[in-house]
Amino acid sequence: MRTVFKKPRAMTKRPMHYCPGCTHGIIHRLVGEAIDSLGILEETIGVASVGCSVFAYDYFNCDMQQAAHGRAPAVATGIKRVLPQRTVFTYQGDGDLASIGMAEIVHAAARGENITVIFVNNAIYGMTSGQMAPTSLIGQKTTTSPRGRSVKDAGYPIKICELLATLEGPSYLARVSSHDPRHILQAGRAIKKAFRMQKEKRGFALVEVLSTCSVNWGLTPRGAMEWLAENMIPTYPLGVYKDVTAKEGD
Amino acid sequence: MTKTLIRGNEALAEAAIRAGCKAFFGYPITPQNEIPDYMAYHLPLRGGVYLQAESEVSAINMVYGAAGTGTRVMTSSSSPGISLKQEGISYLAAGELPCVIVNVMRCGPGLGGIHPGQGDYFQAVKGGGHGDYRLLVLAPGSVQEMADLTTLAFDLADKWRNPVLILSDGILGQMMEPVEFSPEEGPLAMDKPWATTGAVNRKPNVINTLDIVPESLEKKNYALLAKYERIKREEIRWEEKKISDADLILVAYGTSARVARSAMDLARGKGLKVGLFRPISLFPFPYPQLKRLACRKRQFLVIEMSGGQMLEDVRLAVEGRSKVHFTNRLGGMVPTPQDVLETILKIREGGGPGENSF
Repeated sequence: MRTVFKKPRAMTKRPMHYCPGCTHGIIHRLVGEAIDSLGILEETIGVASVGCSVFAYDYFNCDMQQAAHGRAPAVATGIKRVLPQRTVFTYQGDGDLASIGMAEIVHAAARGENITVIFVNNAIYGMTSGQMAPTSLIGQKTTTSPRGRSVKDAGYPIKICELLATLEGPSYLARVSSHDPRHILQAGRAIKKAFRMQKEKRGFALVEVLSTCSVNWGLTPRGAMEWLAENMIPTYPLGVYKDVTAKEGD
Repeated sequence: MTKTLIRGNEALAEAAIRAGCKAFFGYPITPQNEIPDYMAYHLPLRGGVYLQAESEVSAINMVYGAAGTGTRVMTSSSSPGISLKQEGISYLAAGELPCVIVNVMRCGPGLGGIHPGQGDYFQAVKGGGHGDYRLLVLAPGSVQEMADLTTLAFDLADKWRNPVLILSDGILGQMMEPVEFSPEEGPLAMDKPWATTGAVNRKPNVINTLDIVPESLEKKNYALLAKYERIKREEIRWEEKKISDADLILVAYGTSARVARSAMDLARGKGLKVGLFRPISLFPFPYPQLKRLACRKRQFLVIEMSGGQMLEDVRLAVEGRSKVHFTNRLGGMVPTPQDVLETILKIREGGGPGENSF
């Protein structure tokens, strides 16, 4: 018998709590595969944030710290500054990173803090049962925008990659999606690159992964994948927003 | 040993470096700026890391990250900034992460003023952030103690796996006095098997403050309370002056204790039997030591630069056995020894402001 598929070493055997149709599990696996492929499990310290992915500390098989809401980039900075040889990553949702943690992420990026950030954007607060996020789309119905997000009341969605790309600190900024196999493979490559940038001491790297929340979007798992492709990608175009190695033909 | 004439804030910073502090995360606020200034210059030259955070909120969370690696780490701020740190402090206490936090108190509430105050006593000793937790709280009374209690703070933080708060004030931070420093400590010998340093040849470590299973969180809560009880038994610190024959005992900490001491000397000069009790650890508070002194023939006078916060603990300590008086100044004003002496004289005449003068 030949093993053709198994869990990455960087993941624990614990069953995940995520809802049907949620792509956190896929994105966790991509992070695990990246850590495995770079052979950095023993030197990696992860930082879990607040939101659905708070339990990430149960699923990654490396040292983990759980941070207060929005503060993961500050916690990661504290770790990285005293252990510069270690690989430090944060795993944050859009409420955590783009709302309450906006100061922390912008300043970590501006400092060129040599960490890797996995930013999972599903355009809603999942853990608290479906409130409007800073990334919710215009017109998107949530429990706190029951008639759809209106620009008049709630302004516009925040585009993190575009915003951070104005700074000199980041080495790599990419937006990918998790809604079908082709995009998942792309996302895996981007995440691996974001970890490699840190190993090469190039500074702050962030991958924004568009993700689903079928339960709070009120859709089937399959319907959620389609909704992401049809609605989120036009607002959040996929692509590489910054890559300091691009000229090197990397 | 040689003595160095040095400002309180700088003495504290130098003592921290000597105690093996290897990381400092700060944010500017008066009147504590000399601490980050000193750290920014000296810490990188002596094997440590200095970083100016984007806010007090970020600074305390950087402390959380670094403390989680087992590194000796410190942050400092002043009253409004310490309020901003409260969420992080609650997480540090819940995660049982050793670190040192310095509050060079100014006057409040709100933005208040930049002059010295003692209005953060409740916040420091009763919780401050959310949930059931305690900090060890040390109150220096001189520039020498700004240094000595900082050394002690790092040791207590590691010993108890708990954040330690140094509750100083704007006068102690800004004044200069001669200080004798402890020698610089070598590399920290203490084993911290819980630290997240990379899971090399061991199972992964997790630093986490979330537990959504009530049965298991309750166990953790009781374990924390048991730790605080042991701290109460083992870590009370205080100073007494001319207590044995005193029929009036002044109770004060920090800058107020210095004023109280001068007032005591003035009163003694007039033949009055006045003593001084100075709590050095505010948590744990020296309840048993004050209780032992309480009796009907003895009165207490609490002096604070607050509305009467430590006053409540003194009243709890004496359990109604003694009359407790109170005098204060607020808004950055500092009581003079003469002010306190006048209060002492009123009490001697049988009047006194009583407990509810504020």
